[in-house]
Amino acid sequence: MKPENFAWLCRYLQENTGLVLGSDKMYLVESRLMPVARKHLVDGLDALIETLRSRRPRELERDVIDAMMTNESFFFRDGKPFEQFRQFVLPRMLQSRATERTIRIWSAACSTGQEPYSIAMILKEEEAQLAGWKVDIIATDISHEALARARSGIYSQFEVQRGLPIQLLIKYFTQDGDRWQIVPELRAMVQFREFNLLDDFGPLGRFDVVFCRNVLIYFDQATKASILERISRIMAPDGLLYLGGAETVLGVTDRFVPLPAHRGIYGLAAEMQRMRFAAGA
Amino acid sequence: MKTCLIVDDSKVIRMVARRILEELDFSIIEAADGEKAMEACRIRMPDAILLDWNMPVMSGIDFLRELRKMNGGDQPVVVFCTTENDIEHIREALQAGANEYIMKPFDSDIIQAKFAQVGLL
Repeated sequence: MKPENFAWLCRYLQENTGLVLGSDKMYLVESRLMPVARKHLVDGLDALIETLRSRRPRELERDVIDAMMTNESFFFRDGKPFEQFRQFVLPRMLQSRATERTIRIWSAACSTGQEPYSIAMILKEEEAQLAGWKVDIIATDISHEALARARSGIYSQFEVQRGLPIQLLIKYFTQDGDRWQIVPELRAMVQFREFNLLDDFGPLGRFDVVFCRNVLIYFDQATKASILERISRIMAPDGLLYLGGAETVLGVTDRFVPLPAHRGIYGLAAEMQRMRFAAGA
Repeated sequence: MKTCLIVDDSKVIRMVARRILEELDFSIIEAADGEKAMEACRIRMPDAILLDWNMPVMSGIDFLRELRKMNGGDQPVVVFCTTENDIEHIREALQAGANEYIMKPFDSDIIQAKFAQVGLL
C-alpha cells in the first residue's frame, strides 16, 4: 500500500471511528483489508483506498470499518467485574431504585455480544429479586457485522469455552453440532443498536450502569476524554461506570473517580464528593 | 504446588495437557484409564483431575462415580476433557459430580479459563 494511502486511511478511521492506528500497523491493515478488496472486486489495496477516497460507497465504507475493528470478546471477560456486578452493583441498584423499579444498562462497544449476554445471564439467575422490575440492556457497537453475530446469539465451541461456566452453557444455550445459540428468552433481554461512540449519546437515554470496557485503549487521549465526559452527562448521578483492566480515568478526566475497594468501577466525581460530605456531616 | 491427575488413554493428549498445566504451575500425575486413575487416587488424592470420557478398562464417567464414593473423593476438582460434546453427556457428567467440562479440541486458553473458573488458578 502506498504510504499516502495508508496515511489517508489512518486519518479516515480516526475521524470516523476514533480508532488510532500507529505507523507500524501497515501489516494489520493489509491482512484485514485484502478480503474486503476481494469481496468488492477491487484490484489491490491502493485501488480500494482510492475508491473509498473518491466515491465513498456506503457498503465499502461499512466493510472497511467492520474489518478494522477488533472484535475479540469473551463471556464473563476477566470474571471479577461480573462477580462485582452480581454481588455489589445489582444489590446497590435494587436498593436505590426500589421506588421506580427500573434499571438501564449500556454495554458500549459490545462487539459480538458476549458482554451484554453475560449481564443478561446474571439478571436471569437473580430473577427472583427482579420480579416486577424493568431492566433494559442496550448494547451498541459500530460494526454492522459484529452486531449481526451478536443478534444471532450463535457462538462457536471455542467461544463458549472461554469464561462461560458449563452450568450456564447448558442452561442458556441450545446446541446445533459445534455451534451454540443463546436461548430466545435471553436474546430478547438485549436490545442491539449500531452506534458510533463519536456520535451524540443523548438519543440513547439515561443509564444507571455503563460497561465501556476494553474500547478506550484504541482511542487517543482527546477522544477518551470526550467519551468519558459524554458518558458522565447521560449517567444517573449515582450511576456506575465499568472500564477495562488496562483503562483508567486518571489523567483523562476528572468527571469520574474510582470506587474504593471495587477495582475497575467508577462513580461520578460530584456524587462521590456529595456522599463523602454527607458521611462527614 | 497443586497436583493434577491427567487421565486419558492418548499419550499425545496427556503430553499436551501436561505441558499446558506445568506452565500453570501444576505438578502432574498421569493415568491411561479409569482403573489406573483409581490406583493413583488411593495413593494420593490430587487437587485436580483432567478426565477423558472414553477409555479402555474403566471409562471416565465410571471412574468419577467411584471417586466420589471414596473417602476424600469429594475433594478433587474434576474437569472432563472429552470429544463427547453433546448436552446429554455434559448433564450426565455434572450429575456424577464433575465441576467443569472441556469439549475437545482444546487449547491452553480453554484449559486456563476453565481451571480459573473452578478456582484452581
